[in-house]
Amino acid sequence: MNYNWNWGILLQPEPGGAGSYLHYLIVGLGWTLATALAAWVIALAIGAIVGTLRTTPLKWIVRLGNGYVEIFRNVPLIVQMFLWYFVLPELLPRALGDWMKQIPPPWGSYLPAVLCLGIYTSVRVAEQVRAGIQSLPRGQAMAGTALGLTLPQTYRFVLLPMALRIVLPPLTSEFLNIVKNSSVALTIGLLELTGRARAMQEFSFQVFEAFAAATVIYLLTNLVVVFGMRTLERRVRVPGLIGAQQAGAH
Amino acid sequence: MFAGYDFDVIQRSAWYLFREGMTFTVTLTLLAMTGGVVFGTLLAMMRLSSMRPLAWMAGAYVNLMRSVPLVLVIFWFFFLVPYIGAWLIGEKNPIRVGAFWSAVITFTMFEAAYYCEIMRAGIQSISRGQVAASLALGLNYWQTMGQIVLPQAFRNMVPVLLTQTIILFQDTSLVYVISATDFLGAAVKVANRDYRLVEMYTFVAVVYFIVSFTASNYVYRLQKRIAVIR
Repeated sequence: MNYNWNWGILLQPEPGGAGSYLHYLIVGLGWTLATALAAWVIALAIGAIVGTLRTTPLKWIVRLGNGYVEIFRNVPLIVQMFLWYFVLPELLPRALGDWMKQIPPPWGSYLPAVLCLGIYTSVRVAEQVRAGIQSLPRGQAMAGTALGLTLPQTYRFVLLPMALRIVLPPLTSEFLNIVKNSSVALTIGLLELTGRARAMQEFSFQVFEAFAAATVIYLLTNLVVVFGMRTLERRVRVPGLIGAQQAGAH
Repeated sequence: MFAGYDFDVIQRSAWYLFREGMTFTVTLTLLAMTGGVVFGTLLAMMRLSSMRPLAWMAGAYVNLMRSVPLVLVIFWFFFLVPYIGAWLIGEKNPIRVGAFWSAVITFTMFEAAYYCEIMRAGIQSISRGQVAASLALGLNYWQTMGQIVLPQAFRNMVPVLLTQTIILFQDTSLVYVISATDFLGAAVKVANRDYRLVEMYTFVAVVYFIVSFTASNYVYRLQKRIAVIR
């Protein structure tokens, strides 16, 4: 293979003049995390609400929730990005649409990217929350009703405290997904980690160093997230469940 | 909201979108699915192998692929494949590989990691007694796998494999980043040429929705039908 390796490139200044290429990539990681975290807040909030509503006995609310999930699950993420970035401002009232188009970069890409990723992921969170609530024995909801709790109270005091703790492990992988999926935002011009690796390749022609550095940064981020979530899982796990016993056996 | 919505541009370009774009998307999906399932099954067999280095290598590969964004993997292979190709055929300079074959290789390698995890669960769902019985009958490893374990594992996992394929079908739209003319890429070209972004992007979203929604409903029904037999 004829490829001139030059790992030193990472320490050389990037054309923007703000620092080395490595610094440039790490700022990209900052944008990746800023996008993922903001979107995660949206995803958790909407996902928990929609997931809960889909388990209620109210038929039309369940149907509405199902419709929401189907719509955002069956359209590719990149197409959704384009809808938020290019199409939404055209469909809104003119003043609002113009305002959206004039948001200065990088916020002009950041905002649609966060909304898009948040709602895209909320669907997956909703599925997990629904599965978590439905995994509880039916007797718990019945006991709540028998004790004279209203439906909202049954959810608030009986079902959700259990269900939310049960769904935490699957949510870890959803959070890892949101970090990875934030790379799709490069298609609407957000210079996050992957976008910056691509830009570094174009500036420096050192393709593999750029992508290898980005890959390593993603791997390290994954490790940190997995480690953090494990700690959280251990703190909130439900005593007496099989998962808790296994974790305790180590 | 839809005042000034130009349905004509969709009508004018529909033939091009489906003939060029959808053909690309569907061919890519089918090739990557076939390659991914085959390679993924081999990876799953490696992961479950009693030979430690094999299991370790397959595990490392799967974890690596699953921790990196698909967009980055697409970039990696887009630049890496020409070099690997040159190395394989002993050429000095990187060979030319079109966006299509680059995408086929990328998605085969990437999806294999996901298909591997599905097949691993499938293989692990077969009772140990069957393997023991088959070895006792004098079948070797490959015969046991090929005639006893894999057919059942595959059958049990068909719904999950198909669901993963629907995800693959949606993921292929990311070849946009290497400027390939898949269904989305074709629509982007028309959208930019005629300055009809709203119409083209909503149309693309609707088509993807209809295909994926129909397919996942079919998989759901299939799952129910298969579940009864066991």
